[in-house]
Amino acid sequence: MISLAGRDILHAWGKFVFTGIGLGLLIGVTLIMAGVYRGMVDDGKALLDNSGADLWVVQQDTLGPYAESSSLYDDVYRSLLAMPGIAQAANVTYLTMQVRRGDTDVRAMVVGIVAGPPGTLGWPPHLVAGRQITRGHYEAVADIATGAHLGDRLTIRRNQYTVVGLTRRMVSSGGDPMIFVPLRDAQDAQFLKDNDAILQGRRRTEANPAFNRPGVPDLVDATIRAQGSNRFVNAVLVRLEPGSDPDAVATDIRRWKKLTAYTRPAMERILVGKLIATSAKQIGMFLAILSLVSAAIVAFIIYTLTMDRIREIAVLKLIGTRNTTIAGMILQQALALGAIGFVVGKISATFSAPLFPKYVLLMPQDSIAGFGAVMVICVLASLVAIRVALKVDPAEAIGG
Amino acid sequence: MAGNGIRIEGLKKRYGAGDTAVDALKGVDMQVAPGEVVGLIGPSGSGKSTLLKCLGAVIDPTAGRMQLGDDLIYDNDWKVRDLRALRRDKIGFVFQAPYLIPFLDVTDNVALLPMLAGVPNREARARALDLLTALDVQHRARAMPSQLSGGEQQRVAIARGLVNRPPVILADEPTAPLDSERALSVIRILNDMARRYDTAIIVVTHDEKIIPTFRRIYHIRDGLTHEEQGEGREIG
Repeated sequence: MISLAGRDILHAWGKFVFTGIGLGLLIGVTLIMAGVYRGMVDDGKALLDNSGADLWVVQQDTLGPYAESSSLYDDVYRSLLAMPGIAQAANVTYLTMQVRRGDTDVRAMVVGIVAGPPGTLGWPPHLVAGRQITRGHYEAVADIATGAHLGDRLTIRRNQYTVVGLTRRMVSSGGDPMIFVPLRDAQDAQFLKDNDAILQGRRRTEANPAFNRPGVPDLVDATIRAQGSNRFVNAVLVRLEPGSDPDAVATDIRRWKKLTAYTRPAMERILVGKLIATSAKQIGMFLAILSLVSAAIVAFIIYTLTMDRIREIAVLKLIGTRNTTIAGMILQQALALGAIGFVVGKISATFSAPLFPKYVLLMPQDSIAGFGAVMVICVLASLVAIRVALKVDPAEAIGG
Repeated sequence: MAGNGIRIEGLKKRYGAGDTAVDALKGVDMQVAPGEVVGLIGPSGSGKSTLLKCLGAVIDPTAGRMQLGDDLIYDNDWKVRDLRALRRDKIGFVFQAPYLIPFLDVTDNVALLPMLAGVPNREARARALDLLTALDVQHRARAMPSQLSGGEQQRVAIARGLVNRPPVILADEPTAPLDSERALSVIRILNDMARRYDTAIIVVTHDEKIIPTFRRIYHIRDGLTHEEQGEGREIG
């Protein structure tokens, strides 16, 4: 038996191909949307992987350092190092800000890292060019997504930094590229006031009788010095000794240090479940709408094609064609349209994904699920047309 | 092969019920021998289309007896179970418009019926080509319907109606869109085919050009048929 659907598609190939291309672009957008969500999750996981930490110690009862602000004294890490099970602890700061490169601004996450030997916690694990930071000030390692090159000068607040190393895929959970600078510089960038604000602060302190008491001339100077210094970090990254139980160590830190400590799974839950939850819901809504629009398009096209063939369908039924053959013809056409659309969508998504400013991760399992969803949508969309075709009275082929 | 041709006795068809009931057929008697072509003529609303639909096993008669070839199709309350297979295997249709399947070429338009009946593609196409040759359109075997003239399309439609060697062919105004020459050509072909394949053919028509060619004509009026002898004029 010949394939009626195949012959019809070959006969009206232009209609199918152009409709398939239109549908394919819609499917491509759907795949890209799924890829954006996957990219966000992957960015979050990359952030955790690249930090090299087993535990994140943050201000008590906060979801820091990525989902909420967190502030810790920068000497807390010393007391953590004394706890059993902890091999390394390092301060770190995170600040998302506009960084100036030449004449342009770049949205980036500035990460303050401590000096130390290679492999120190918080350091970028791999460089694609250049070297790690070796000086205490004004050197930076930047992700290539910032557009920076080795030797470029970056302006962060009032200071300029020379790019000495480049990384790849070092991004925040929001997809902003990272720029690593020495911790002290990062603390200044995050907390240092401008000169006018410092002067105003000094005047206010001097005018406060509580700090400027007669007979205690050094008090006001000490207070001003204390106000001007910054001894805070956002988190302490902790690496555990082999065999240590992360949950047990985190519990000890919470109990004895009055701080909050997150294990890797807990931090993943925060990033995926809280930080990108709203975005995920938004993307989910878009996916649902796009699926409905795709279904409506396929249903409309197949319905129109079927209505154009009503007389032929009546003739087919009159000459003895089974209902299953006619239903199969319509179903195959819908599936063929979906298959053309999926191929076009997959190709367009694959080629356009790198052009998006944020990371778009197209995963094979999403493509397989997408193909399945397209086929299901096409089957559902063809039901209306099949119903119409099966209702056609073969007597319509006979006049009168 | 074709056995008894067409035999109808007291065929009735009522649409609706109660006060709104309409008796479209009030007891039609008709007989067409194998190899014979008869005309069925009548004004609009006389019951022609209803009779054709009953003969075509598209609608069920209300009462009567109908036999196509050797097969009893209706006998009052009884009817053959698989009407779809009956239409496919026992009845050939030729319509006013050819209604060829636009996405199949000429050969496959004709071969589709045997394929639907389970005949292998190669054999079905060979059978189609034989008929196309008999109807002198074999040179358009690979053409699409849209590439054929009106006369060629109608010949292909006749080939489709004959391809399963049905004992009966129902032709509904087959010459309406054609000029005199082509109309007479179609009737000649139907006569040839009826004789060659021993097929009983009923031609429903209003076409004055072809009415004189029938040897027997059934007039239908108010749901009843009246038989009369036609001129049986030879077609040159």
